[in-house]
Amino acid sequence: MIENYLNIFINAIFIENLALSVFLGMCTFIAISKKIEAAIGLGIAVIVVLAITVPINNLIYNYILRDGALAWAGLSDVDLSFVGLISYIGVIAACVQILEMFLDKYVPVLYNALGIFLPLITVNCAILGASLFMVEKDLYFGESVAYGLGAGVGWALAITILAGIREKLKYSDMPEGLQGLGSTFIIVGLMSFGFMSFGGIIL
Amino acid sequence: MKDPLRNFLDKIKPSFQGKGGLSYYFPIFDVIENLFYSSDKKTKGLTHIRDGSDIQRIMVVVWLATFPTMFAGMYNLGYQSLNAIEQLTLANATFEKDWHWPLITFFTSLNPNSFMDCLVYGAIYFIPIYIVVFAVGIGCELIFALVRRHEISEGAFVTTVLFALSCPPNAPLWQCALGIAVGLVIGKEIFGGTGKNFLNPALTGRAFLYFAYPASWSGDMSWVAVDGFTAATILGTAAQDGYQSLAYTWNNAFLGFIPGSIGETSTLAILVGLAILLYTKVASWRIVLGIAIGTIFTSYLFNFVGSETNPMFSMPFWWHMVIGGYAFGLVFMATEPVSGSHTNTGRWIYGFIIGVMVILIRVLNPAFPEGMMLAILFGNLLAPLIDHFVVQNNIKKRLALQNA
Repeated sequence: MIENYLNIFINAIFIENLALSVFLGMCTFIAISKKIEAAIGLGIAVIVVLAITVPINNLIYNYILRDGALAWAGLSDVDLSFVGLISYIGVIAACVQILEMFLDKYVPVLYNALGIFLPLITVNCAILGASLFMVEKDLYFGESVAYGLGAGVGWALAITILAGIREKLKYSDMPEGLQGLGSTFIIVGLMSFGFMSFGGIIL
Repeated sequence: MKDPLRNFLDKIKPSFQGKGGLSYYFPIFDVIENLFYSSDKKTKGLTHIRDGSDIQRIMVVVWLATFPTMFAGMYNLGYQSLNAIEQLTLANATFEKDWHWPLITFFTSLNPNSFMDCLVYGAIYFIPIYIVVFAVGIGCELIFALVRRHEISEGAFVTTVLFALSCPPNAPLWQCALGIAVGLVIGKEIFGGTGKNFLNPALTGRAFLYFAYPASWSGDMSWVAVDGFTAATILGTAAQDGYQSLAYTWNNAFLGFIPGSIGETSTLAILVGLAILLYTKVASWRIVLGIAIGTIFTSYLFNFVGSETNPMFSMPFWWHMVIGGYAFGLVFMATEPVSGSHTNTGRWIYGFIIGVMVILIRVLNPAFPEGMMLAILFGNLLAPLIDHFVVQNNIKKRLALQNA
């Protein structure tokens, strides 16, 4: 039991890393990785949002949307999975909105640090992607918590490492065309070399 | 009194400087001058303390430190191959003879017991690889130096020799050339050249080839320089059947009589290199010790946990340390000062992480029997972050002291 959860968690962090092995959430991944502090803040936001939205979407999928899920309401032949995409986005948007208000009220430091980026997470494909992967993997509720948390930690780890590397390279004399975004893409590519070491690990 | 070479260099120097006609090619002149004479650059101003230890000297020390393992590797390569040829001839089997063969029959008598025959056989395979890698590597460095107006760094000499030593003996030469070009250009030059790379350039090229052409970079055909002769690496065999069933003793593996990449086989020769690097303080002993501690800790952990199905769990650390690329990676790749951690505390952590990772990959990941390369790349990724937190921690500590 606990092994299964741990397996999903570790798998989501290292092996199926959202940023470095499926390349999701690239816009924020590259935009907010100039400073380590900001990257950590954003990483934490992603962990929180993923850990909340993936389980909620799991409940919605399992009890409302999937084929035959409405059996408890007496509608056993209704299949609502075609509205999956839009309901997941709705849930994510609502969660991020609530999280933003919460941070504004109780953790203003983090709220100010994140600024515009928290609302931007709403449309981050990593967040939606994790929910869709959850559906594809057919996880039940407990597993989806482990998966959401793991996916978030993996993404946060990747963006923090990237920010570390970019801070180190801040003053390096790169060829003109590669300064900024160009080199960042190459760095991300080289980083996934390093994460290749996990691919194939069987837990 | 000046010697003729100095005179000649002084005579042609003006045309490479300032408005001279050849000033575009100054980096070429500079590297040749630096090859023979120490730099004449002087600090102007009041305070100046200069250490004689510059990049050039450090790189030359590393280069010299690879010599023991280079020769041990060449000897072992010949020894393995000539024994393989003897076996094949006894079994009346034929094997493919490529362009190396005329050279081999001309220079050696195919006697596996003769020291010179083995060394020459190894050299016939290693030297072409080294020449190709060196020419392509220095070529890339030269182009960047000319276009971007920076000096040719001696770092490329070290990168090329390390890359060449990490090649399997049977590697196709065009792949070696591609690998070193990727390593030097993508791994180093586009980030601004020597001192700005966040990954070890030689390892970047090696990892690229490993994923792009797995057959010739990790297959069973690559490790003995006889076409058509298969010999699994010792790690591959150990992962299959356990280290107890290896055909080699620990002493074989320590002295270097095992199949493998050219430079990685003899742990003893690599230790000589390590002694040179530690004595001259080019390599950080903290990283070396950190890796060793990480390895010992993790392999004891796996020994303790044990496994029915995976024989790698029971491999003790002294076996891990002598087989595969462990020693070579530890001494020459992980201690590279640029891509590793820069703070002393950070070096302990960086080393420890590599030591843990290498055993994790070797034991748990059936896709990659060799873990050192990927472990070091992963450590390189984390190094800037480790440094950042160590520095932040120091700042906090000092602030607390000040306020106390």
